[in-house]
Amino acid sequence: MIKFDQVSKRYPGSSEALRGVSFEIPEGALAFVTGHSGAGKSTLLKLMAAIERPSTGTVLIGNQNVSKLRRAAIPFIRRKFGLIFQDHKLLYDRNCFENVALPLYINGITGIDAAKRVRAALDKVGLLNKEKAMPITLSGGEQQRLAIARAVVSRPSILLADEPTGNLDENYATEILSLFYAFQQVGVTVVIATHDASGISAASGKILHLDHGELKHEVTP
Amino acid sequence: MRQWLNQHIQAISLVLSRMRQNLLATFIMFCVIGVTLCLPGILYVIVNNLNQLAGSVQSEPKISLFLKLDTQPDKVAAIEQQLAHQPDVAHYEFVSKDKAWQQLQISTGTAAVANNLEKNPLPDAYFVQPKSSDPAAVEALQQQMQQWPGVELAQLDANWVKRLYALLELGKKTILVLAALLGFAMIAIIGNTIRLQIVTQRDEIEVSRLIGATDRFIRRPFLYAGAIYGIGGGIAAWLMLAGVISLFNLSVAKISALYASNFRLDLPDAGVVTTIVASAVILGLLGSYLAVSRSLLKFELVKH
Repeated sequence: MIKFDQVSKRYPGSSEALRGVSFEIPEGALAFVTGHSGAGKSTLLKLMAAIERPSTGTVLIGNQNVSKLRRAAIPFIRRKFGLIFQDHKLLYDRNCFENVALPLYINGITGIDAAKRVRAALDKVGLLNKEKAMPITLSGGEQQRLAIARAVVSRPSILLADEPTGNLDENYATEILSLFYAFQQVGVTVVIATHDASGISAASGKILHLDHGELKHEVTP
Repeated sequence: MRQWLNQHIQAISLVLSRMRQNLLATFIMFCVIGVTLCLPGILYVIVNNLNQLAGSVQSEPKISLFLKLDTQPDKVAAIEQQLAHQPDVAHYEFVSKDKAWQQLQISTGTAAVANNLEKNPLPDAYFVQPKSSDPAAVEALQQQMQQWPGVELAQLDANWVKRLYALLELGKKTILVLAALLGFAMIAIIGNTIRLQIVTQRDEIEVSRLIGATDRFIRRPFLYAGAIYGIGGGIAAWLMLAGVISLFNLSVAKISALYASNFRLDLPDAGVVTTIVASAVILGLLGSYLAVSRSLLKFELVKH
């Protein structure tokens, strides 16, 4: 599903964020990207979602070479992904319902169809009773779950999460991880970047460990 | 198809709800565009009306043919013959020097002057009505008559009409220049307003892009906003124009009454109103398109 071949990424004016990284994540798998902060985890995820382009190497998403995509084609590859950001990137001038509905609106789905799917997504993350609430009134864990609801509402085939449990206490973190396991159960490919390797075992999924932009070791369950 | 329609309906309702939230700002924007479009509109209505007025006057240009003082009666008869055979002449009237002299003595104001003169200084004259009212044709006829033997002066009475036409021509050019300049100003005003809106919605644009929004999706609500500003501004311009013209007409009616005429400025017709609103919409679209494209490009540069 996701294949990196000798991918390097250099930002202007800095050393290489990624160096010759190659790996493959099969369809329906769960993968953790681990490493210290600055190891290149976020860059790896951005390359997958075509937010950044690799300096060298190729990134294949479902046999499509993302690094060679035309600019106009990028929005359509992004729709394959559900993206969950460390800082949530919620819209604070809209209520929960409207936040979750945004990806559907972008796909041209509105009205009753959209409402059904938004409520289903909110229900999945346990926020159905908060649909009229503004995101600012939610706790950190609830905001993260809202971001997850927005990521899954358009039923993407790949879910990318950057430090989804970063600022949460352990209870919340476990809760959110179990949500990701649930999505994997129904066939979604899930990639989670985290600096916190505790609680992750090879049994739960593939582990890609980055160190200073290099893939140090790869554990496959 | 339904998806496509949904996206447009959604963009319009989004824009309308934003405008409803900023009702005062939207209203002021309409007024600004209205005033901008109103100025060339007022000039157009005035020039257009004067043009029509000139058209009605200009339909009777006359050539006054003053003969030389020493012209003999047989020469006068020859000129009469020429006039009779001239195909461009509708009809003509002979006023002899004696008749003119009598009229001069009778008419008040000039009687005193006439009585002080020892002999009749006036020439024999023909007043000629050309068939055509086209200024060029009349002028050609006048120049031809000037060459006739025995003719001292062939004077075109429609000269002031020509001058008025020249002035109106200048007026039309002024309208064009003014419209072009104000159109440019309007693109700038709308573009800047849209740009400010983009800045306040920057988060939303960035998030939308990250989750797969096309440029078109992002641009759409702003383009509708520009078009709606255009429609509102165009209607505002029309209302202002109608108000100003009605106000002018109060004075114009008084002046016309003094000239025993019932001339009034006409309100702009449907064609003019459509032109005003359509050009406002086009300028609005153009302004917002430029603003969004520029901002989208800038966001991109920041990201890479």
